[in-house]
Amino acid sequence: MAMEAVYLGFVLMLSIFLGFELISKVPATLHTPLMSGANAISGITVVGAITSAGAGLSDWATVLGAIAVFFAMVNVVGGYMVTDRMLGMFKKKEAPVKDQV
Amino acid sequence: MSAELIGAVYIFAAILFIFGLKLLSSPATAVRGNLISSFAMLVAVLVTLASNEIIDYRWIAVAAVAGAIVGAVAARRVAMTGMPEMVALFNGSGGIASLLVGWAALYMSDSSHISTVVATPESPAVSAFTMITILISILIGGVTFSGSLVAWGKLSETISSAAVSLPGQRFLSLFNLVALIACSVLVFVQPAWTLPLVIAVIVLSLILGVMAVIPIGGADMPVVISLLNSYSGLAACAAGLAIDNSILIVAGSLVGAAGIILTNIMCKAMNRSLSNVLFSGFAATTQAT
Repeated sequence: MAMEAVYLGFVLMLSIFLGFELISKVPATLHTPLMSGANAISGITVVGAITSAGAGLSDWATVLGAIAVFFAMVNVVGGYMVTDRMLGMFKKKEAPVKDQV
Repeated sequence: MSAELIGAVYIFAAILFIFGLKLLSSPATAVRGNLISSFAMLVAVLVTLASNEIIDYRWIAVAAVAGAIVGAVAARRVAMTGMPEMVALFNGSGGIASLLVGWAALYMSDSSHISTVVATPESPAVSAFTMITILISILIGGVTFSGSLVAWGKLSETISSAAVSLPGQRFLSLFNLVALIACSVLVFVQPAWTLPLVIAVIVLSLILGVMAVIPIGGADMPVVISLLNSYSGLAACAAGLAIDNSILIVAGSLVGAAGIILTNIMCKAMNRSLSNVLFSGFAATTQAT
């Protein structure tokens, strides 16, 4: 168990450094879509919720897991769709500008 | 599907998440980035459903379909101007999901009913490491949830968007923090009281989230939402540590770190520092008095 905690700690540490490196220069127009897209990724907790709701554990784990699946799915589906809408909006705006140039 | 195979697919999903996030930060590739990241999510969910561990699909199916419909309708209906507050709501629902996953992890280690989880001090139902990560995921998830709701309220003008400062706010926040730490420590000292203490931690975290966001003015809300978004990633990461799931840890901490950098970039764009934004309400109070 102790060793496993260390492994998980390494994974955590490396992912955090990677996350810092991934985002460097972001144009201001992309701030909100990037925030929204990252928010959708944090809905990954749905995977944990599924494990909790479907593994046939205690009643509490199942019920709490099922509620978590609901909220996490709202986050995932809503998050990706809203991000896509935001990005779609940009394209329409940018296209005429390019034509003029 | 065996655990090894699932792990391999999780690695694949993590790679896609990383590329998705990278592509999202540049205008030419942002749409593709979002698609790749959503595909990664689909892969992660499907492979989890195919796991040997999952034996009962009824609850999952009902909850997932209901959640997907609510999310899709909300995302489709929202006006373009209402996008930031919608993101705040989605973020809040991610936060509460992590809180619930963390809470459920208390009951995942043994297959019987809740009363048996309340273990003797000699043999706690969950290890100390798991307990700590459960408490962290509840704390961060709770703060994210209530904080996001307040941010949503301020942006949509459901509540006053002004920087509200309650009387004795600083004292109350400090008291809340001390109570949170006390409850968390007590869980280890008195395992018999685990359930009431965990509920106390949930309530206190929710209050903490409200108190953290209430003193911040409506104009600063986008930065706050970005910060809360980072928190919800960290909450997912803590939940992943609690239930021992690698994709939750990787994706959660990616969002956590990327979110903090993005928050910083947004602050710089507004010509302010992060602490300036976070404590603006407190500063206003001191000026007013």
